[in-house]
Amino acid sequence: MKARTALLLGSLSAALAAFALTSPRVVAADKIDPVADAKAFQNFFFRKFPDVKHEDFVNGPYSMNADMKRQWQEKEEFPPYEFALDAGKEMFATPFKNGKSYADCFPNGGIGIRQNYPYFDEKEGKVVTLELALNRCREANGEAPYSYVKDEMASLTAYMAYTSRGKPMDIKIPDDPRALAAFENGKRYFYTRRGQLNFSCASCHVQSPGERIRAEILAPALGILNAMPIYRSEWSGMGTTSRRFITCNSQTRAVPLEPQADEYRDVEYFLSYVANGLPISGPGARP
Amino acid sequence: MKRSLTLAILLALSFAPTARAASEADYKAAYAAAETASKEAAGMRNQWTVTVSALAAAKKAGDGGDFDRAVSAAKEAEALAKASIVQATSEKEAWKAMEIR
Repeated sequence: MKARTALLLGSLSAALAAFALTSPRVVAADKIDPVADAKAFQNFFFRKFPDVKHEDFVNGPYSMNADMKRQWQEKEEFPPYEFALDAGKEMFATPFKNGKSYADCFPNGGIGIRQNYPYFDEKEGKVVTLELALNRCREANGEAPYSYVKDEMASLTAYMAYTSRGKPMDIKIPDDPRALAAFENGKRYFYTRRGQLNFSCASCHVQSPGERIRAEILAPALGILNAMPIYRSEWSGMGTTSRRFITCNSQTRAVPLEPQADEYRDVEYFLSYVANGLPISGPGARP
Repeated sequence: MKRSLTLAILLALSFAPTARAASEADYKAAYAAAETASKEAAGMRNQWTVTVSALAAAKKAGDGGDFDRAVSAAKEAEALAKASIVQATSEKEAWKAMEIR
């Protein structure tokens, strides 16, 4: 009887010791740690594609396929986004009716700052994307906001991205629980399956980059926003980050959210943060 | 014997369920159920495009007086909406399994 009691107590102690040893890990995994997340995210892609230069991930499907890359490099001599770029430059320089311009709304006159967007606005307690900041600038100066998915917004962001080309993405997460919550919410959105096809963003861009989905080669999630906005042959035109998210949702048969919904702002924050250090390559061109 | 067998068959047939055309009331009930489920899915930020299409098809058929088709589309919409609710509920935790760590 004594032996049995001793055995029982021994087993109980061993179980408690095991629990005590493993429980801190569980707590650590649930803690919001953007630095660790970004490191794990980048390492996943670097290990999955050891032959791809790190800075090349921002070129999406072209980093995954040598033939496509050659075709794209030839196209870059006369890039399809050039018209948007020219239009964006002109729009950016044209003053509003009140005499002010976009340059008055942004640090450094709006030049070479794309890599800092989106940012967390501590006053508002929310993520502010470049597209949102542009429309807020317009409204603050008495102008009507642009559609988040159409040409004007794509042209403006194309020009601003162009002035930042080569600069490493540099997204900050302030020491603010709301900023951490926004990052976590973006991460959750990225990995959550939705739509009748039961796809998450990660189903295509983490599990299957480099694979074909019908005629297209899927881009890796790492650096996917560094190339925004993009000219897509499929769209026969330019597309903003908002348009990209909305289209992805529709393709999985999920009803898209409204442009610049909190979830979209947060997923942009998450995806941009985990791409910190990779160069801005926008505007881009995609099949 | 033969006569009683025939009578028994006729009696059995008279009690057998028969398919009847759907009424406007059937359509309204089916549509209301589908709409409720669809609103719940939308409230979870997880509406499916196919649910919206099926609901629209139900309304179109109902407005045109084709209640059989309207009920069938409404039932499909309700099933799709319920599936999207299940998805949203399970994904509250399930997304973590996909996360890169």
